[in-house]
Amino acid sequence: MPILEIDGVTSGYGEMEVLHDLDLRVDEGEIVSIVGPNGAGKSTAMKLVFGLLKPWTGAVRFRGEDISAAAPDRLVRKGLAYVPQVANVFRALTVEENLEMGAFTLSGPLAPRKRRVYDLFPRLYERRRQRAGQMSGGERQMVAMGRALMLEPQLLMLDEPSAGLAPMLVDLIFEKVRDVNAEGIAVLMVEQNARKSLQLADRGYVLANGRNELDGPGADLLDDPEVARLYLGG
Amino acid sequence: MARTARTRLRAPDLSGRFGLLVMLAVVTLVVAVAATTQGVAPDRLLALTVRGVMLGGILALGAIGLSLIFGVLNLPHFAHGELMTVGAYLTLALLTILPDGGPLAPFSFSATFLLALAVVAPAVGMLSYLLDRGVYRPLRARGAAPIYMAMSSLAIAFGLRSIVYLLWGADFRFFYPGRPRPAVELFAGIRVRPDQLFILGLALALIVLVYLLLERTKMGKAMRATADNPELARVAGIDVERVVLFTWMIGGSLAAIGGAMYGLDAQMRPEMGWWLLLPLFAAVILGTIGNPYGALAGGLIIGVAWQLSSAFLNPAYGPAVAFVLMILVLLVRPEGLFGVPGRRA
Repeated sequence: MPILEIDGVTSGYGEMEVLHDLDLRVDEGEIVSIVGPNGAGKSTAMKLVFGLLKPWTGAVRFRGEDISAAAPDRLVRKGLAYVPQVANVFRALTVEENLEMGAFTLSGPLAPRKRRVYDLFPRLYERRRQRAGQMSGGERQMVAMGRALMLEPQLLMLDEPSAGLAPMLVDLIFEKVRDVNAEGIAVLMVEQNARKSLQLADRGYVLANGRNELDGPGADLLDDPEVARLYLGG
Repeated sequence: MARTARTRLRAPDLSGRFGLLVMLAVVTLVVAVAATTQGVAPDRLLALTVRGVMLGGILALGAIGLSLIFGVLNLPHFAHGELMTVGAYLTLALLTILPDGGPLAPFSFSATFLLALAVVAPAVGMLSYLLDRGVYRPLRARGAAPIYMAMSSLAIAFGLRSIVYLLWGADFRFFYPGRPRPAVELFAGIRVRPDQLFILGLALALIVLVYLLLERTKMGKAMRATADNPELARVAGIDVERVVLFTWMIGGSLAAIGGAMYGLDAQMRPEMGWWLLLPLFAAVILGTIGNPYGALAGGLIIGVAWQLSSAFLNPAYGPAVAFVLMILVLLVRPEGLFGVPGRRA
């Protein structure tokens, strides 16, 4: 059974239909990447999964259970974690407090969870008393991922984790995604950086105008001349 | 659009936090010069500063809640002054019921006053939460525009004030009419009433308590997180509904105590909270909207400026001083003392 399944969903904002009969699936332990041009509905698909948008038709299922438009705190308790693209840290809070907020729904000691996050991002440990608002873009992305990982989620959803980062940091963030995945956490990400994210992904989906255009193993999509022409810049 | 307007409004060499500090220094200087030309003695200025810090403590009690409510709920809570009024009058009501054991020397109030405060504060906190459940929450759920939220809180302000008028009348009221309130010498010829020292002490103690709550407890951190970024708070799984409950309980309780303190220092009238609202908003804006620590700093600054101005102005203009400060802040540094330039609070 897939961890996450978007089954024939049509949805949008207000009167505007953005997603048309979208299908998507994430299996246990996979990295799945959604690529596509601007306005293809990539981020909208993420918001749909995280209950910020209701499906008009179709359903979103987490381990077989319908979670269409479920409240975010319920999804968090089930093991879904979401890192938005922008404004994804609490700027006024310290790094450590950001991590604690990620575990708000949990009771019990947080120290072991914090240690795991700090092991993954040693830089966050050095800066744990600093306010997240004073950190660089790359460090903030780490804080945001760390906050989501505090839940020890089954599925981590990342909306454009590399957006606006210097090339060196992009590589670092993708490396961290791989590390997270190596711990058995499935990852669903949306990326502008199609080439890098498809190299990383087990499978990829190409969206265009809110529809499934293509899908398949990341490597196959990279080799597809059509994908190369349209989304990888030749 | 808003960004360009703001840039245009900002005076070129007065931008940033430095500019705001320069502005505050200039205002202080103007006050000092105006006072000396009018022949006000320095020790009187010192005494007014002490009184200003006390008044600032009262304002801070209201402003901290106002700032938290704006941060967490995006609601400019125009009824916050009335929560102070209601707090003061409910305290008065309890005092008339409770048996009185005589004044707690050297203060003018009796032990029952403290008991009444302990009952009234959470009661007003709960009242404000119930108002949220009944009025603001349904509006939020419908995605009402900010102007409707603001107007509904204005309507509640008028409603609460009318109820106070109905129950207690329009006259001045005192907690202990006729009881003497002698001043004692503090130091260097500065005379204060013991009540005023109590007010300052209680305000500071409550502010320390709020600080500990916000910095050390999980719920406090969640409140700061929600004020900082409500969207992210939701997707991080923070129980926003409980955060809202705590925000109202704390905001309402502090406002009620602030109102009772104001009544203890001066006297009560039904429109007292309404007149405090402007200084409260000035304090909140000065200290960056949504930042409770900024509200504390803003409250103290406004309180001191208000009192100092009374050295050469009719004291009735006190709120106008707050108003002028608020306008200056909006022109020089709209994001306030602790804000990030170009970013909405």
